[in-house]
Amino acid sequence: MEEEKISTPEVEEAVQSGSGAALVTKEDELHGENLSDRVKTLSPGRTVLKRFFRSKLSIVGLVILLTLFLISFFGPLFSPWGETDPDRRAVELGVPEIITKEIVYVVDGVEYTAYDVVLEWPKDGVLARGNISADHWLGTDKWGFDIFTRLMLGGRISLTIGFVVIILETLIGVVLGGIAGYFGGKVDNVIMRIVDVIMCIPQLPIMLILSSMFVYMGIVDISKLYYMMGILTLLGWAGTARLVRGQILSLREQEFMLAAKCSGLSVKRKIFKHLLPNVLPQLIVTMTLGLGSVILMEATLGFLNIGAPLGTATWGTMISEAQDFNVLQNFPNFWIPPGICITLAILAFNFVGDGLRDAFDPKMKR
Amino acid sequence: MVKYVIKRLLLAAFILLIVSIFLYFLVRMMPLDAITKKYLETHTGDKELNEAELQEILARYNLADSSFGGIVNGWWQWIKNFFSGDMGTSFEQNRPVGDIIKENMGISFSISLISLILEVVIAIPLGIKCACNQYGKLDYAATVLTMIGISFPTFFFGNLIIKFFAVDLGWFPANNINSNLLTTATDWERFVDTLWHMVLPLFVLTVLSIGSLMRYTRTNTLEVLNADYIRTARAKGLSEGKVVYKHVFRNTMIPLVTVLASTLPGLFGGAMITETVFGIPGIGKVAYDLMYNGDIPFIMAYNMFIAVLTVIGILLADIMYAVVDPRVKIGK
Repeated sequence: MEEEKISTPEVEEAVQSGSGAALVTKEDELHGENLSDRVKTLSPGRTVLKRFFRSKLSIVGLVILLTLFLISFFGPLFSPWGETDPDRRAVELGVPEIITKEIVYVVDGVEYTAYDVVLEWPKDGVLARGNISADHWLGTDKWGFDIFTRLMLGGRISLTIGFVVIILETLIGVVLGGIAGYFGGKVDNVIMRIVDVIMCIPQLPIMLILSSMFVYMGIVDISKLYYMMGILTLLGWAGTARLVRGQILSLREQEFMLAAKCSGLSVKRKIFKHLLPNVLPQLIVTMTLGLGSVILMEATLGFLNIGAPLGTATWGTMISEAQDFNVLQNFPNFWIPPGICITLAILAFNFVGDGLRDAFDPKMKR
Repeated sequence: MVKYVIKRLLLAAFILLIVSIFLYFLVRMMPLDAITKKYLETHTGDKELNEAELQEILARYNLADSSFGGIVNGWWQWIKNFFSGDMGTSFEQNRPVGDIIKENMGISFSISLISLILEVVIAIPLGIKCACNQYGKLDYAATVLTMIGISFPTFFFGNLIIKFFAVDLGWFPANNINSNLLTTATDWERFVDTLWHMVLPLFVLTVLSIGSLMRYTRTNTLEVLNADYIRTARAKGLSEGKVVYKHVFRNTMIPLVTVLASTLPGLFGGAMITETVFGIPGIGKVAYDLMYNGDIPFIMAYNMFIAVLTVIGILLADIMYAVVDPRVKIGK
């Protein structure tokens, strides 16, 4: 990437009109001043940062992400409630549970539905489906767990999964894609066929099958999440590998690689010092955008009840409560907050990814 | 060209073969298939399937032997049947899998097709418009809105729409594709009723998919707008309308063809989540139910179906690219 010079308007004008020499007069030179002292030169990294922060949407995305992270990781420390500890003060607080029973009876072939509404003191005093209050900012769910706390803990899991999966995916993708692109020939052929096969395997059905397998094998605790992450990684690296390979194939033919070869550099040095840094911008953009899609995938799995183990709060499993029509209709506080969180997180990653793409692209000078 | 296509087809066949092996082994590693599940469920009932009968049924489907050799043999039998056009009989529905896919595909296909048409009709003009007024108000608004559209998880947006438009406002029905009409209802009434049910799912599908196509169009148009031939067209003194709709538009379409070709699996394979949320009895919902229950013949057939569609989609995209863009030469 070529260096971009940021300078004051008059200097820019002078540079453009080709009178650069006039900027530094003979007198200045006598005092030891050079042109480079007047014109501030930014390193490529700084240029990217500067361009990134010039876009409002990227900043919005970054702020949303930081907020979500801070609240998810530090919020639960200040919450009096845990992930699975119900509020047992229903009797103290004088909040009985409202139980509605639907009674359907048929008279003369016509169906009638009656509702039997009973106020009941829960036996163990669990404040289930509690209203929004100062104690419970988003109410409590059907087991009496504090929804806001679970939302924050769910954020921890969802965001962590996103990062772990993307980092692993990128590592595998870069190594295999790099090998395929650099060495070519048979190795390339084998790796790319594997990539083709993985691309053809429908993700969701596979997750469905694997999930039922886990349940049967008795993997129902938190370790199920790790397996899920592993599988998501194994199904996800193909895209990265393809991208890296394509980039390296085109970079390999360029003059600077010839120069590297002529200087007698080792293969390792050529790959890690000369090829990979050139792929990095694209890679960072794909990683950022990919984070959004991994979080979406995790949430989808949670929604289909095949992701996180029972009782563990993730944003996806919290939304899946809405499959119960009663919850969908009467308890929007169960499922709308996690939905908003997922949407915000994905949106923020998309904004940041887009901003990074524009910032990295040297053609996008504005 | 012909040589290239043949080469690609052979490669595709090879890839599909590997996919089928992978799928078969995966499916066979599932602990409970539908038959065994049924056996365990009915074991205590009156119609007791005894162990020998179970083994016999399993053997008929080549499922009895779970050793490595047995699985390989099972796969071999499956692929032989597959090539002779027999995709097996669904355990759950007791019908040929081919029939199940054929019957339920229609509804999924029509929904996906209508949504795809809506998507193309809205996204492409919008994308071009945004690119022509880059960093304008419309561009910013469209970018932010489509980004939000991309970021919505299907199930969340679907439930949100159901909650507001079906439950709270009661304008549209919340699920299924038709309501219980009287037997005297005419075909027209039935059609309108179905259409009414389709509004919300179509809305959800279209809103969620418009974003990527629109952004893709926008990026492409921007690239085309910077091309030399557009400057030439302008220099010739063509009107802006002619430049945009004749020169820019046509060249923007080139990469879009490949994008459209890759929608093939989604078009026929059904939208699993949208169909589940809206209770539409399309292939996606059926697939979800049957796969959850371990219906081995169906799982194999459906996943292979999707894999075949994916391969065809990729191949089609590559060929179309060469067809629409004379600069691209196929065959290496």
